Amino acid sequence: MKKILPGHGSGGKLMNDMISGLIKEVLGKDSIQIDDSAVLELDAARIAFTTDSYTVTPIFFPGGDIGRLAVNGTVNDLAVMGAVPQYLSCALILEEGFEFDEFEKILRSMKDAADSAGVKIVTGDTKVVPNGKGDRIYINTSGIGVFKNRIQRGKLQEGDKIILSGTAGDHGITIMSLRNNLNFSSALKSDCAPLNGMIDNVTGKFPESIKFIRDATRGGVASVLNEITSEEDFSVKLIEDQIPVSEEVKGICAILGLDPLYVANEGKIIIISEPDAAEGIVAELKKSEYGRDAAVIGEIDSVYPGKVYVETYIGGKRLLPLLVEEQLPRIC
Amino acid sequence: MQEERADPISAPVAPDFFITGECSDLQIKLTGDIINMDKELVKKLAGLLKNRKLEKEFRIMEVCGTHTAEFFKTGVKDLFPEGLSLIDGPGCPVCVTPNSFLDLAITIAKDYDTIITTFGDMIKVPSSYSSLAKEKAEGMDVRIIYSPLDAVRLAEENPGREVMFLSVGFETTAPSEAIAIMEADKKGIKNFSILSCNKITPPAVEALINADEVRIDGFIIPGHVSAIIGRKPWEFISERYGKPGVVSGFEAYDLITGVLTLLDLLERGENLIKNEYRTVVKENGNEQAKKIIDSVFDVTSSVWRGIGEIPESGLSIKEEYSRYDAEKKFPATPPPVKEHAGCRCGDLLRGVITPPECPLFAKVCTPENAVGPCMVSSEGPCSAYYKYWRK
Repeated sequence: MKKILPGHGSGGKLMNDMISGLIKEVLGKDSIQIDDSAVLELDAARIAFTTDSYTVTPIFFPGGDIGRLAVNGTVNDLAVMGAVPQYLSCALILEEGFEFDEFEKILRSMKDAADSAGVKIVTGDTKVVPNGKGDRIYINTSGIGVFKNRIQRGKLQEGDKIILSGTAGDHGITIMSLRNNLNFSSALKSDCAPLNGMIDNVTGKFPESIKFIRDATRGGVASVLNEITSEEDFSVKLIEDQIPVSEEVKGICAILGLDPLYVANEGKIIIISEPDAAEGIVAELKKSEYGRDAAVIGEIDSVYPGKVYVETYIGGKRLLPLLVEEQLPRIC
Repeated sequence: MQEERADPISAPVAPDFFITGECSDLQIKLTGDIINMDKELVKKLAGLLKNRKLEKEFRIMEVCGTHTAEFFKTGVKDLFPEGLSLIDGPGCPVCVTPNSFLDLAITIAKDYDTIITTFGDMIKVPSSYSSLAKEKAEGMDVRIIYSPLDAVRLAEENPGREVMFLSVGFETTAPSEAIAIMEADKKGIKNFSILSCNKITPPAVEALINADEVRIDGFIIPGHVSAIIGRKPWEFISERYGKPGVVSGFEAYDLITGVLTLLDLLERGENLIKNEYRTVVKENGNEQAKKIIDSVFDVTSSVWRGIGEIPESGLSIKEEYSRYDAEKKFPATPPPVKEHAGCRCGDLLRGVITPPECPLFAKVCTPENAVGPCMVSSEGPCSAYYKYWRK
């Protein structure tokens, strides 16, 4: 079995062979630069630029892998700004001994994800760290997007609706169940997906009504909503019954004592819109395969200023505060 | 014995006695599925609770820490009519575990280089001088597991290391801990042990009533503990102390019917112990689970945080299994116990104060920097107030 060796990051022949062989073959000839930088054509005065590093373990999981995640994550960060993602960089940190077959698989899914999202990987870097100094593979991607339907972050007002584009917690629970050998449900998989098409569609159709879009990644839905309410004079009310959560996620969350609203997603956005447009936005989201479970899950009100709260299905209320850190599985 | 189903994690449907913890939702899920079919009924019951006019003020105690959290989480507490107050009881196993237990665990791990395995909630609980989280950062081998059998497996995979499981829990977790010992015994695994702080709940409730520090008119009785021991062992509450109680489950439906039934009993002056969790709780509990507990553990006295030593309120590992008893296997002298200045977890666990009445609550003591265990355990009253109802 061919493995990554220190020489693959040395700048010498091994590295050149890998780049001009595997990487060029998989990611395409345009992903390799002879010069030190890629030269890009952009038709814009303002661009969006973002970066993110990916260290997920396990690196392969139902619904994706670290490569797909690295492309989609950065694509989504650009898309939620209203930018059309165009170019990505790809920096790889490989651990000595990492298997070539797996590396190739990850590169192929990066290429596949980039093609699906309509972005080009135009520059990259490869470093190899000694055995034991890394966890097989880390990926950093940076991305450039050009503004199209720029989302004006509007002032949120009482009555504005909170929309979630699909079921909460799929990615985080998939990873967690793998790490803890709790994978007793075959239906459970990560929601890792490129959302730029769906976002472009919905922002194009409702340019005036959408006040806020964010992808609900680390910290989940609850964390995004807490960020927007903190220090404000309004509150967010979520209606428990209307929040989409898959049965598999509900089950594992119940066993581990987790709340899916705090669990990471990799293919879900939260939209806040003017009240009248909400149902139309949901209908539009549902046209995308990544938004088929979209729903209005709550609204802005003034009951508990600065806080997010949940109205349970029996009509009782409880707060949904920012978590201090990752949820620990409970003792018993 | 049902070998195939011995691991509660992989069991698709949990048999009665394999409840992974005080707050395992395997049982809840089963009843929950039935209840989900009729949300309208639950909404109607919620209306009955919300609009109930009380003849006088009532103070009821929820003994169980899972109830504490679920009363908030389901929103049922928010529907309490005027005049009804809920006093949090001593039913969070992490919370009632004294500092000395963690001190001993840390000392053993250091002196004998053992791997510590524990449920996640113990990780951040402050000991006298440290916590497992701090020790882990310093290099101690601490692992979070979901079932005591995971610890047995770990021992099997690491024959060169000692694997110690910190057994903190009530009647509900005791069977799975007993099974872990029996499993290790059957497989001849020698490098596995349990540091037991298992407790039995009815004596603690009786100790609280006898202490007579707070007025408690009636009790919401733990559903999972009762799944093991049954309804009957709670009858002393009515027989000896003339107070009513209701065994209750954990869904909104269970909590509402539990409280409504308790209010009926209180208003009618009927001092009975009723079972409103009949799908799960039998009159005498789960005989098989009780037998398993009895075959591995002896009843002994035990120290409860805030309450002190209570006779016949703990479980110690029987002599014949003493080679799995970490306390006997690893003689150790922990440093003198130190209580945390200003921490009122003890008063809280006796129902003397509510979390917001502790001067440290949400100011000095927060989940990121907890002074006492009630703020870090997910079943702890302070954690529940902090998380769900900090106004």
